[in-house]
Amino acid sequence: MTGSTVSIDFKTIDEILESCNYSKQYLIAMLQKVQEVYKYLPEEAMTYIGEKVDGLSPATVYGVATFYAQFSLEPKGKYEIKVCDGTACHVRGSMPVLNAIREKLNLKDNKITTDDGLFSLEIVSCLGACGLAPVCVINEKVYPQMTSDAISIVLDTLLKEERGN
Amino acid sequence: MSEDKKTLIIEGKEVEFTNEPNLLEVIRKAGMNVPTFCYRPDLTPFGACRMCVVEVIYPNGRTMINSSCTMPPEAGIKVLLNTERVRKIRKMVLELLLANHDRECTSCDKSGSCELQQYAEEYGIKDVKKYAQKEDWQEIDNSSDCLVRDNNKCILCGACVRACHEHQGLQVLGFANRGSATHVQPMAGKPLADTECINCGQCAAVCPTGALTIKSVVNDVWAEITNPNKKVVAQFAPSVRVALGEMFGLKPGVNTTNKINAALKKIGFDLVFDTNFSADLTIMEEAQEFVTRLTTGGTLPMFTSCCPGWVRFLELQHPDMLNHLSTCKSPQGMLGAVIREYVPQYYPEITKENLVSVSIMPCTAKKYEAKREQFKMEDGRQEIDYVMTTQELGRMIKSAGIDFNSLEDVPADSPFGQYTGAGTIFGVSGGVAEAAARTAYTLVTGQELQNVVINDMRGTHRVKTVELDLNGTKVKVKIVNTLAEAEKCMREIKEGKADYQLLEVMACPGGCINGGGQPLSFNDSNIKEQRAQGLYTDDEQGQYRKSHENPEIKELYDKHLEKPNSHKSHELLHTSYSDKRSGCYIGIAK
Repeated sequence: MTGSTVSIDFKTIDEILESCNYSKQYLIAMLQKVQEVYKYLPEEAMTYIGEKVDGLSPATVYGVATFYAQFSLEPKGKYEIKVCDGTACHVRGSMPVLNAIREKLNLKDNKITTDDGLFSLEIVSCLGACGLAPVCVINEKVYPQMTSDAISIVLDTLLKEERGN
Repeated sequence: MSEDKKTLIIEGKEVEFTNEPNLLEVIRKAGMNVPTFCYRPDLTPFGACRMCVVEVIYPNGRTMINSSCTMPPEAGIKVLLNTERVRKIRKMVLELLLANHDRECTSCDKSGSCELQQYAEEYGIKDVKKYAQKEDWQEIDNSSDCLVRDNNKCILCGACVRACHEHQGLQVLGFANRGSATHVQPMAGKPLADTECINCGQCAAVCPTGALTIKSVVNDVWAEITNPNKKVVAQFAPSVRVALGEMFGLKPGVNTTNKINAALKKIGFDLVFDTNFSADLTIMEEAQEFVTRLTTGGTLPMFTSCCPGWVRFLELQHPDMLNHLSTCKSPQGMLGAVIREYVPQYYPEITKENLVSVSIMPCTAKKYEAKREQFKMEDGRQEIDYVMTTQELGRMIKSAGIDFNSLEDVPADSPFGQYTGAGTIFGVSGGVAEAAARTAYTLVTGQELQNVVINDMRGTHRVKTVELDLNGTKVKVKIVNTLAEAEKCMREIKEGKADYQLLEVMACPGGCINGGGQPLSFNDSNIKEQRAQGLYTDDEQGQYRKSHENPEIKELYDKHLEKPNSHKSHELLHTSYSDKRSGCYIGIAK
């Protein structure tokens, strides 16, 4: 996948492994903690875990990381946009919302993060808020009953804030 | 309890079972069979391919379709192997696999020995375009010197993943992604050559299709042989002689040494030497090195260094332990050097320039070994030009139109063709230690060992520990095969818990007889024992059974090398190792 875009502090990863007792049964927890720090799973971090933890290898860690949708191998943006495409959201029009975001942020093909690193886009299966369908979540904040126009305004607001900073 | 005899009925025949791990083994024991891709007797059952499905009728009349490789045998059940239902399932499995498969069979390395091809033919699969065809073809990984990985032929049976994990403890290969995007690959899709792969080829040995194959040099060797300006010299390893026959309908373990000599000559090799000779030479050097370490307080335990998979493992995973490794080259490496140095002296028509050195090995990792930096000559060439596996030799003999079984016996050429029983057992786990013990005994005690067979060192199981009494000097030897076991030894040693002075390691389960380059035998779990027995019989029948009794070895020392571990032999027969971890991506974790 992509090469490293951040420099890895192996001390941080050692602390994470320490907290998980260097035990392979906590691999998912380890990966979650690494992703919390770096916003994605850098390749070096996966290699490091595979080498340091007994019973794992870089390839097996990579296998777990690519199995679960929650893990990203590409750096995520400052704003992580999650678009729900569960059944309820889907029938109430999550796809037009998604397409509007892609167009607005110029995310072509399967690109998930904007070139400026500001936004990243992820489709999730169900956020458990079907009554608010279609739903988007941006950095933990829930945006209910989205339309392509509404999400456009949300993104404009965020962009304005960023430029103001 | 488990000893109780229980019965079940397979295809109307009452079959007894005791402690068979699964129904498939019971079916096979009863002389019947079902097709399978993913079941390999030496690996954990996986249940991935669904080809071994059978119809099971329980005493209460309930009927189930079950994969026989993962189902424990149960008393009282009736098992049907070829009902319409199971045949339909197997056919669909094959059709779906073929829809996703690169069906370039004619140019595939596995053609003729591919299980997918075989079952597709047996089950009469004619319409492969019934299902949507795969579109995202992947690039072939040609990076390794030993193996070729072609994911377009992978059927996701996971045999390679399990072999790498369960035999070698390495897990270089793993599954990545999921669902229809799942595929087998090293970490992040890295080229195999850049990974911690030790080239043992056990993955290729269990692969049912052409997804993992041996990188062949057959065409290059043919080109050298047909070039009138070249003199091609061959050597072949102990294990080759007891396995090659399988490719020509002989039983595993049949010793074909003199037929191989004959075949090689017929193909056009100018000289044929025997790696068994240099196995004897290795013992002369290694036994001396061991005794010196033992008596002068050198680094112990000493590790044997014949197995290139093991050497690479150590260089990558435990570079801090390299001083334990014997400095002796492997038998292949020793004969490679000896051929370069001395053949032109014995055969004037052969010169340094026109000599082409080819070795035939049961091993894929030997291809990598021959390309080591340490074996580079002054003119930039390697001491050994080409390494072929047993499989490649078999193919070469077939393509030369030679009727292998009717060949007249031909002896190897001198002066590097004679061998002892000690040299020939190098091919089986425990053999190097047994051979070394026979000579070390003489070195330490000055007397000859009377009972040369050390039974505790024999057998293809993974771990053996033997205590030797060299006339008062006690020496403990540990013998392991597979690197999963070797890794445990490394930990023992680092924790100060190792009480042995010599450690013999072979990376392949059972030793070289079961190497990654040997003829394929997907489902014969006894083949290791049969091949090992072939070598032990060769040992028994030999005129000499101790390396130091080999007349040609004596001559080599008398005329050229002076004595074991002399200056000249160090120059020719010993080598050095280096930390390869820092150059590999795993090096980031110290």
